[in-house]
Amino acid sequence: MELAQMQKSLQDYTKSLFLEGVLDSQFLQLQQLQDESNPDFVSQVVTLFFQDSDRILNDLSLSLDQQVVDFKKVDPHVHQLKGSSSSIGAQRVKNACVVFRSFCEQQNVEACHRCLQQVKQEYYLVKNRLETLFKLEQQIVASGGMIPAMELGF
Amino acid sequence: MEVCNCIEPQWPADELLMKYQYISDFFIAVAYFSIPLELIYFVKKSAVFPYRWVLVQFGAFIVLCGATHLINLWTFTTHSRTVALVMTTAKVLTAVVSCATALMLVHIIPDLLSVKTRELFLKNKAAELDREMGLIRTQEETGRHVRMLTHEIRSTLDRHTILKTTLVELGRTLALEECALWMPTRTGLELQLSYTLRQQHPVEYTVPIQLPVINQVFGTSRAVKISPNSPVARLRPVSGKYLLGEVVAVRVPLLHLSNFQINDWPELSTKRYALMVLMLPSDSARQWHVHELELVEVVADQVAVALSHAAILEESMRARDLLMEQNVALDIARREAETAIRARNDFLAVMNHEMRTPMHAIIALSSLLQETELTPEQRLMVETVLKSSSLLATLMNDVLDLSRLEDGSLQLELGTFNLHTLFREVLNLIKPIAVVKKLPITLNLAPDLPEFVVGDEKRLMQIILNIVGNAVKFSKQGSITVTALVTKSDNRAPPDFFVVPTGSHFYLRVKVKDLGAGINPQDIPKLFTKFAQTQSLATRSSGGSGLGLAISKRFVNLMEGNIWIESDGVGKGCTAIFDVKLGISNESKQSGIPKVPANPQHANFAGLKVLVMDENGVSRMVTKGLLVHLGCEVTTVSSSEECLRVVSHEHKVVFMDVCMPGVENYQIAIRIHEKFTKRHQRPLLVALTGNTDKSTKEKCMSFGLDGVLLKPVSLDNMRNVLSDLLEHRVLYEAM
Repeated sequence: MELAQMQKSLQDYTKSLFLEGVLDSQFLQLQQLQDESNPDFVSQVVTLFFQDSDRILNDLSLSLDQQVVDFKKVDPHVHQLKGSSSSIGAQRVKNACVVFRSFCEQQNVEACHRCLQQVKQEYYLVKNRLETLFKLEQQIVASGGMIPAMELGF
Repeated sequence: MEVCNCIEPQWPADELLMKYQYISDFFIAVAYFSIPLELIYFVKKSAVFPYRWVLVQFGAFIVLCGATHLINLWTFTTHSRTVALVMTTAKVLTAVVSCATALMLVHIIPDLLSVKTRELFLKNKAAELDREMGLIRTQEETGRHVRMLTHEIRSTLDRHTILKTTLVELGRTLALEECALWMPTRTGLELQLSYTLRQQHPVEYTVPIQLPVINQVFGTSRAVKISPNSPVARLRPVSGKYLLGEVVAVRVPLLHLSNFQINDWPELSTKRYALMVLMLPSDSARQWHVHELELVEVVADQVAVALSHAAILEESMRARDLLMEQNVALDIARREAETAIRARNDFLAVMNHEMRTPMHAIIALSSLLQETELTPEQRLMVETVLKSSSLLATLMNDVLDLSRLEDGSLQLELGTFNLHTLFREVLNLIKPIAVVKKLPITLNLAPDLPEFVVGDEKRLMQIILNIVGNAVKFSKQGSITVTALVTKSDNRAPPDFFVVPTGSHFYLRVKVKDLGAGINPQDIPKLFTKFAQTQSLATRSSGGSGLGLAISKRFVNLMEGNIWIESDGVGKGCTAIFDVKLGISNESKQSGIPKVPANPQHANFAGLKVLVMDENGVSRMVTKGLLVHLGCEVTTVSSSEECLRVVSHEHKVVFMDVCMPGVENYQIAIRIHEKFTKRHQRPLLVALTGNTDKSTKEKCMSFGLDGVLLKPVSLDNMRNVLSDLLEHRVLYEAM
């Protein structure tokens, strides 16, 4: 694939992520922080996010599968996930976490299970998309090109 | 013929006597034989008889006796030696047994007697127990009655029901003829018959409270038997043939909420009592039993408690109703006030527009007219018209402004302007009048007075104009000095006002001194009230609405300043001083930056040491990335303990994440304050939180944090925050 084409598809892909609400402007902030002195900032942060979130989701599944759910343990996990996802701009994950937290407060086990599914869904979605994004970027870099800066119209 | 030892009748046998003896002996023998049989039979039947051995002995004795008598039958006629032998054996045996029995009986009979006594004793005991059972049963009955009565009384909170129920139940339980309750009147000097059992509408009957019988009853908590002829017991007209039943009276304490609030009424005792009078049916021989009296006493106590509860409930319900009424009234009043304000605002808005339009027309046309060719008289007339209409326009503006100021709906229009020019303009406006009055005006501007400032130019001009105008108005001679300077906190100011110059603001102080009429120090407070003017003949002619100072004061307050007047007395002139807060503008041109304070450009934070504390790894990394991008030297920690260990005076700012619910996160701020006692060594503390509400902000302030930031932080936001923070050392705007 031609470099220009790759760059265009990367731009379109990123734009679609924003339009769908999978990512928000915080992700742009992260990209702004990436410069020559810190070339892998975004991928580092995102990798850390994936590691953290995998662990948290595991813990959440375990906690919710207990006979008697201890909401005092569940809530901090969700809070943590919410914080992480809002730090990198994973908007849908963050929103799902907000809903999750409110059901945690109500101690509604059924709803919490549903929320967990929802969160997992959104998380795998954003993970998937970001991994695709990074692959595209790597392809561009491997072809010797520059990753175009994102201009957002909104 | 053998010689026998038996006793033989030596006289010729009397055949008749013989026969009778024969028969008697026979019957005796039969009886003697049948008695043991009977004994054996009955003993076998009873099986509890303890003295079997005695019976056996007795039986043996009787049998042998019988045998002896039987054998005797054969001795009447000649008999053989065998018979005699048998007879002798029998007799010997009988003797032995009877002696043994006799001896035995000596032991047995006392036992048998004691059994009898024990039996008597047990019977007595049984009788006693029966009596006690009877007593307990009566007590239990009484207790049951009391419980039932109490339950009835306490199941209602209505005072009348309580009392009525008490009387009814007591009447029923004790089968009373009449039951009455006397309550103390309001004055406390009389007892009034309030409730009776049988009479439906009790007569309004009172007795004085100081009767000896009543004192006797009130003096003790027990039920007291009183005479049926006492005034409290005579409830019905007495017809002579009745033998009145016994009457008992008991006191019922009326409890108050607080028995300790004693108004000094010496006649009233602190405890008030009601009197309950109970009458047994007449013409019955019934007497008051102890347990009945006890029942009455217990009931009286319960009634007291129930009554006080009912009274308290009544009070609280009344209070609540009162409050609700008041609430409703307040609500209505508030709504009316709101309507009134709305109506006034509407009126003002309409009138404002309606009045200004013709006003403008008049002023504009008069000015135009002034420009044309006019004769001197015409010119004078036009000038008067112009002056009057300007005055009227000003008056209208003033009224409108003041009402808006009072509403709080007036807002300052901030802009950048040239302060020096403003003063000069004011002076130019006033100069003509001053020259006419021959009052020299001087303007002194302090050298450090900033030239370009941010504030509400129009209103500031209004204030200065008003003050200087007043000075000119009320001076007949002397000079007027206007001084403007930047004030520092050690200048003389009213004691309750402290000026703290911050970075991009300063306080402008303007002093207008005149040597004119002066003001009586007592009148100074009145100066700033609307429509009031110090009445002195000399100033009557100066006109003016009296609103000027009031409006100026409002404007000065809006600009976070203060205004006051000092005078040494009438005829000694006065000085008007005011402070207002203005912003310093960086721009040298009047381009008008709307925000205060001004935004510095790309600030450089190279090498600024900061500390980031965040439990969340991802957000920690992001914050660090932000700060690194801005050039800071960032250390990260993930817990408050680590933060305390690592923080040092080299760190200029500490960013701490306080997202987790609870107060623990804020403790770190307190500990840092404790660690760094010198203010300049302490790093600035900024909280990063997802919550932007007022309570979070207040919490942060109360824990000594210097600023709050909303997560997630954007690059520009962080940049601005850092620069503001380092400039002012305080930041509460980046929300």
